[in-house]
Amino acid sequence: MSSKTYTNGTEALGPTPRYGIWSRFKRNRPAVFGSWILAIVIVLSAIGPAVFGWLTGISSDYIPSSVENGALVRSFPPSLAHPMGTDDLGRDLFLRVFEGGRISILVGIFASVISLLIGVAYGATAGFFGGRIDGVMMRIVDMLFAIPYLLIVVVMMSLFGGNNAPDAVKQVTETFVFLTNALMSLAGASPISTSSGLFQIFFLFVALGSVSWLTMARIVRGQVLSLKNEEFILAARSIGVSTFGIVFRHLIPNISGPVIVYATLTIPSVMLAEAFLSFLGLGVQAPYSSWGSLAADGIKNIAVYPWQLVFPGLVMGMTLVALNLIGDGLRDAFDPKSSKS
Amino acid sequence: MSDVTTKTILEVSRLTVSFERATGSTTVVNDVSFEVLEGETLGIVGESGCGKTVTVLSILGLLPETGTIDSGKMIFEGRDLAKLSVEEIRKVRGSKIAMIFQDPLSALHPLLPISTQICEVTMLHRGFNRDEARLHAVRMLELVGIPDAEKRIDAYPHEFSGGMRQRIMIAIALSCEPTLLLADEPTTALDVTTQAQILNLIRTLNPKFKTSTVLVTHDLGIVAQMTDRVAVMYGGRILEIAKTSDLFRAPSNPYTKALLKSVPDPSVGRIEDLYQIPGTADFSVVTHGCAFALRCNRAEQSCREELPELEQVSEGHYSRCHFAKEEYLSNQSKH
Amino acid sequence: MKVYIFKRLATIIPMSLLVVSVTWGLIRIAPGNFYLSEKKLPAAIEQNIKKKYGLESSLVEQYLMMLGNMTCRVSDSGDSEGAGLKIAIGSRTLRCFDFGYSLKYEGQSVNEILSRHLPYSAVIGVLAFLIALVGGVSLGAVAATRKDSRVDRYLMSLSMIGISVPTFVLAPVLVLVFSFGLYWLPPARWGGMEHLVLPVLSLSAVYLAYIARLTRTGLIEVLKSDYIRTARAKGLSEARVVVGHALKAGILPVVSFSGPAIAGLLAGSVVIERIFAIPGLGNIFVQSVLNRDEPLTLGIVAFVSIVILVCNLVVDIVYALIDPRIRFGER
Repeated sequence: MSSKTYTNGTEALGPTPRYGIWSRFKRNRPAVFGSWILAIVIVLSAIGPAVFGWLTGISSDYIPSSVENGALVRSFPPSLAHPMGTDDLGRDLFLRVFEGGRISILVGIFASVISLLIGVAYGATAGFFGGRIDGVMMRIVDMLFAIPYLLIVVVMMSLFGGNNAPDAVKQVTETFVFLTNALMSLAGASPISTSSGLFQIFFLFVALGSVSWLTMARIVRGQVLSLKNEEFILAARSIGVSTFGIVFRHLIPNISGPVIVYATLTIPSVMLAEAFLSFLGLGVQAPYSSWGSLAADGIKNIAVYPWQLVFPGLVMGMTLVALNLIGDGLRDAFDPKSSKS
Repeated sequence: MSDVTTKTILEVSRLTVSFERATGSTTVVNDVSFEVLEGETLGIVGESGCGKTVTVLSILGLLPETGTIDSGKMIFEGRDLAKLSVEEIRKVRGSKIAMIFQDPLSALHPLLPISTQICEVTMLHRGFNRDEARLHAVRMLELVGIPDAEKRIDAYPHEFSGGMRQRIMIAIALSCEPTLLLADEPTTALDVTTQAQILNLIRTLNPKFKTSTVLVTHDLGIVAQMTDRVAVMYGGRILEIAKTSDLFRAPSNPYTKALLKSVPDPSVGRIEDLYQIPGTADFSVVTHGCAFALRCNRAEQSCREELPELEQVSEGHYSRCHFAKEEYLSNQSKH
Repeated sequence: MKVYIFKRLATIIPMSLLVVSVTWGLIRIAPGNFYLSEKKLPAAIEQNIKKKYGLESSLVEQYLMMLGNMTCRVSDSGDSEGAGLKIAIGSRTLRCFDFGYSLKYEGQSVNEILSRHLPYSAVIGVLAFLIALVGGVSLGAVAATRKDSRVDRYLMSLSMIGISVPTFVLAPVLVLVFSFGLYWLPPARWGGMEHLVLPVLSLSAVYLAYIARLTRTGLIEVLKSDYIRTARAKGLSEARVVVGHALKAGILPVVSFSGPAIAGLLAGSVVIERIFAIPGLGNIFVQSVLNRDEPLTLGIVAFVSIVILVCNLVVDIVYALIDPRIRFGER
């Protein structure tokens, strides 16, 4: 595993300056392009459904009944009224895609955050203490690496999904719902209810986060190990900076480079894992939808109504491309010696 | 030293090479001319960054992507190497002109056994088949002093010591009995004892194969031991070129003099300060005049403004300095 | 080196037992009786099951029983009920790899089910891996040697899409184009060669793209190194320099990646099998988990983890064969 140190020759001064990195990133055209795409998707997911609903009066779970000539709008191809067409039941696809987007993106972010926290804590501890503790901790990681984690996640999700979620997860979910409802009632919006679907989502954060931290731990440990012996740490020590100070003012800013890069690259892989699970029916479940579950629905009619799969797939693909481009751009921005010409 | 004839093997005239950097284009070798005679060893000496390695890389067209030969000729066997196509240059590389590099560990392929690395040269240029090539390779390894060559030929570079690896490089280079050997600081990465052994090796092998040598180095001691003639480079230009004995006896350029002075002389006994040429060699500063003017203790206004030409101070001895003749004469008076 | 291989081989069984144990633990912890699906079993059968799986005894004893079944246990020679291998040693009989019988598919032993469905997944998986490897390295090499040209940029954009588009989106789109659109290839199921094309291509796409990028990056780095300059200085043709010298070094990151790639291919085959209605192991696995079919689940988990561990070992050996600097424990 590479343990390159992201310093720029001013080690003796301490933390890595930030300005050079941002301007390098901005010069990377694909990365900037990716950032715009990501921004658009996020905005559309956040307020798109609301705006659309306000414009047309349709909400995402509005199922036209046969009384209102509902049969006529089922599985409609893209049109002015329904820019992405409708699904089997007549629900507008644009709304579903972007509401699903919310869930997919949130799962991606939260699971990555959990994986980040575990990985950084584990790796930093191993690297910081070094010696035998480090040896043991890394052996454990090596063993865990060999486990086909997707298998385990599949098992976990099917066993503990929905109402079977462990109590801890349920309690966290309920707290979250409580707080959100409090905010929502202030804004006058309707409250959300706890449901097995919600438990499922929170457990998904846990399940996915708990299997993706391994590489992050390795990266952090490598960085900490190589930084520990860098001169500026020794210099800081020699003028009496406390261990606490060293950790916060020197180590953390300097490992944040590769950590940020890798965290950005974890998000798409977690999103893919979530989509994979949802596609199999083990991830996000009714009443919630995600891009993966939309794809599962859409695939049933692929021969006749291809847009039902193509649109969610397209939006998801674009988002992942954007995230990968941004991740690559960040990697090049932090380490200009890498292979881009 | 060796039997030097008067036949010119390689004639480099007005070679100019520049590199593309993010900040623009820099001229790294500026109007360099010299010749290599049959059987001789020509030294090119100078500090890091003066352009000596780039000069030698240009001869075989081995510059990295960012480098270009802007102008100049390099006549070898009646053809201008600078104008050859890639195909034609490949026929010259390894067979007529061979090169050895500074760090034998990074210059040898870490994943291929030595046998492959030697045999592929003879199989390509001399048409040997596998067995002939292998036989020949073993003999070459024995010649350069690798013990137990028959067994060790299938080993990998990292299994040899630094000195051995450089011997292997020499074996590879001399496999096709080239007319010219380019040696880019072949001993810089080695310890002093090994250095002496390698230099000795080169010195004995070259006449055997009738190979002339261009030896690039920053070490004047090596120049004294090994070379027949020597060119001193600074800032991409040749500042002085002469027969080695002449150069040491009568240096005619302030830079050469300064270089000679910086070599610690053990016979003098303990001294307080070692002589250092003042200032640093910053080749990014472009001057119209002499590149050394900024650090020269003899420099005058004319030095900074006007580039001196190479003028002859005696038979086969040229110096690029406005005060070349005076420098030469002042040395004469010392002896 | 041989010692190293042996040591690694020895860890494979314990490691996969570890994975199986974790899975077993999860299944037992989960709410709901593990053998219950929708059917309500008649009392006699329920009694039988309870006895067979020792559900009356403590959790620890059940665990040990499971372990014993998985590896080897001494059994009465009259015991013809168990599945798995029967080995007679002296007067005792050993029964090994007894994964039991599936709960859902009555009367079929897990081993039978495994061997029946494995070939489908194996064929697709191996083909997909080979295509990803060969295709990826070739395209990556082309991109690296034509760095920054249009070909390079085109290939890299393509590979970016390949990495980002999920398999379950790519596969149906390919089906749309090639089956429903052009009528070139069949959209699903198993049959002759033409039935393999779309599943294998969709599965290999993401790995092909990743390997192409890895190769390109690795090769570009290698082409800058001193030993490549030496190779050129010998007058070798560019083809020989790239293929004979540079590629050997540039391929090392791809070799390292093969381990996780194989694991990923196994996971990806689940999706592919579902989309193309192929009766492979992946599909069966998901079904078994949903059905709480514990013996089958554990059997597949054990098998898959052994496969992955063996593949990882092979990958490491290949790496050491290519790079003589890291041969283990020599001299």
